[in-house]
Amino acid sequence: MSIRVDGVSKSFGAFKALDNVSLDVPQGTLLALLGPSGSGKTTLLRIIAGLEWPDSGRIEEDGTDITDRHARQREVGFVFQHYALFRHMSVFENVAFGMRVRKAPHAEVKARVDELLHLVRLDNLGARKPAQLSGGQRQRVALARALAIRPRILLLDEPFGALDAKVRVELRQWLRRLHDEIGMTTVFVTHDQEEAFELADDVVVMNEGHVEQRGKPEEVFDKPATPFVMDFLGNVNVYHGRVENGRAFWHGVPIDYPDYPHAQARAARVYLRPHELDIARAPSGGPSEANQGTSLAATVLRQTRTGPITRITCQPQEGGSELHVDLPSAAARQLGLQPGEAVSITPRHVRVFLPDPEYVI
Amino acid sequence: MNTPPTPSSSNRREGPPADGFSILRPPSPPIRRARHRTVLPGFGISAAITSLMIVALVVIPLAVLILRAASLGPTGFLAAAWTPRARAAYAVSLGSSLTAAIISSLLGLLVAWVLVRLEFPGRRILDALVDVPLALPTAVAGLVYSTLYVEKGWLGQWLVPVGIKGAYSLLGIVLVLVFVSLPFAIRVVQPVIESLDKDTEEAARLLGASRSQTFFRVVLPGILPAVVTGFALALARALGEYGSVVFISGNMPFKTEIAPVLIVSRLEEFAYAEATAIAVVLLGMSLSMLVVVNDLQQRLVRNSQ
Repeated sequence: MSIRVDGVSKSFGAFKALDNVSLDVPQGTLLALLGPSGSGKTTLLRIIAGLEWPDSGRIEEDGTDITDRHARQREVGFVFQHYALFRHMSVFENVAFGMRVRKAPHAEVKARVDELLHLVRLDNLGARKPAQLSGGQRQRVALARALAIRPRILLLDEPFGALDAKVRVELRQWLRRLHDEIGMTTVFVTHDQEEAFELADDVVVMNEGHVEQRGKPEEVFDKPATPFVMDFLGNVNVYHGRVENGRAFWHGVPIDYPDYPHAQARAARVYLRPHELDIARAPSGGPSEANQGTSLAATVLRQTRTGPITRITCQPQEGGSELHVDLPSAAARQLGLQPGEAVSITPRHVRVFLPDPEYVI
Repeated sequence: MNTPPTPSSSNRREGPPADGFSILRPPSPPIRRARHRTVLPGFGISAAITSLMIVALVVIPLAVLILRAASLGPTGFLAAAWTPRARAAYAVSLGSSLTAAIISSLLGLLVAWVLVRLEFPGRRILDALVDVPLALPTAVAGLVYSTLYVEKGWLGQWLVPVGIKGAYSLLGIVLVLVFVSLPFAIRVVQPVIESLDKDTEEAARLLGASRSQTFFRVVLPGILPAVVTGFALALARALGEYGSVVFISGNMPFKTEIAPVLIVSRLEEFAYAEATAIAVVLLGMSLSMLVVVNDLQQRLVRNSQ
């Protein structure tokens, strides 16, 4: 089942949650809506589910307009962040609920629930109450319950948000396998880029009610379309620099930037990812050494090791804000930098964003 | 009170601890006969105040009541408390209180739902009005109701001709009992409805449940324990009510006389022991009904978790 969101807007009072959003979800895609809280991603998901109504715009399912179709008739599977299980019912009855209200024959209900409990690996827990399960188990019950009605699309709202880190990783790998097996069109909401990149075929980055970028995970990561996407994907060094004559300047270090061939200088923002910087001990000349060629002279402030990555925080010698460089911990140990040492930093990759060109031309 | 087992007595049979490492442990410091240790403050004092107040406010008065009634002896007790008139009064009391409590808890559920879930102008005012019956002297309520419902009253002039007698009747008793017990039924259910997780209702709708299926299968099981608690409180309140009933019921023996009114009329005849005997029976009935209701409530709570 393919979904098409066409020019949907939605306001809550003065707050514009969605501003003319359009989106295509082809049949069988696993799509992530990624964005910070308040970006409208959950509202969009709820509109697709029929839990909210758009102020304007249309929702189509395989070309049929379903904008006015009630949630009850949409036949979507929906998984809530906080599970939303029926506390007074057993696991079995939770999963069976959708079939019970449809008055399905008992034997059919039993067979389907057993099959689903097997699918979510909760075979022997049918008699338990939700309160007797762990968070990960509860979310799997919620998933089985959503799948029980044989939905046409599956929608998940921050499905792993309430789980601890280890369970979260397990469950999302499992969900990916499940999706590959049953191939249902699936949309999930997350604010966790790692989750989006690991799980999704397609990532839609949202911000302030509109879509910033849509693409394959590697496209979004490698070619962020906007400063927001670059920023949101996190861990980035941002500098105010300038562009002129096909080059961008960052602390006076020139970087090729063919997109701006004009002679007139313009302010620009320069984004450097910490893992795309090379760091080396400065030639013995000492701390007064000036920037050389394409590298920046800096002083090491401190090193922080977080597991396999070591983050080196440096201060550019001509001032300005601190700069982070990520190295594999083994490489960092081999380099053996000490605080106060002079280093030269060379970017392997730089992204430059010009502010909106309101005064150019 | 659970005291920790002392090494000298209860543990002696067990021999060395099963893990076999106890020899390596440093000798434990002399046991400060630790009471149940807790970081919560003031357990001792608050427990003492609680038991003192319960004894002073509940246990002693009830004990005096029972002792006084017991002074009649078994036959005297039966003769005082089990007369045809007294039995009729118990029946009126229990019947009207049960009816009123049922009406109050259903109506209370509805009002609480409206107050929590619906946005409408004047909701705050309605919310404040709920508590009025608690503050108003109930005799005033009884008087107002009876003036309204008598044959020449504002409402009575229309209702009495079509056969609805709201004053000096069982209906009147039920009306005032609903009035005085409704706040309890509302206030107990209201916070539970407020705390309901709307996600579960949305989940039910998405799974294809109709409005009524969602209410009866998903919402109601969650609030039923509170509804039953509200019922118990409303029942207790109705059973003890005197002031309003005395004005609206007409107090006709065998017809509209409730047990508390009978107790007072015995007192007016200076038949104190008889009055206490009736009171003890009423107390016993109320207590056993409340025990049954509370048990039901407990079972519902256990079932809904």
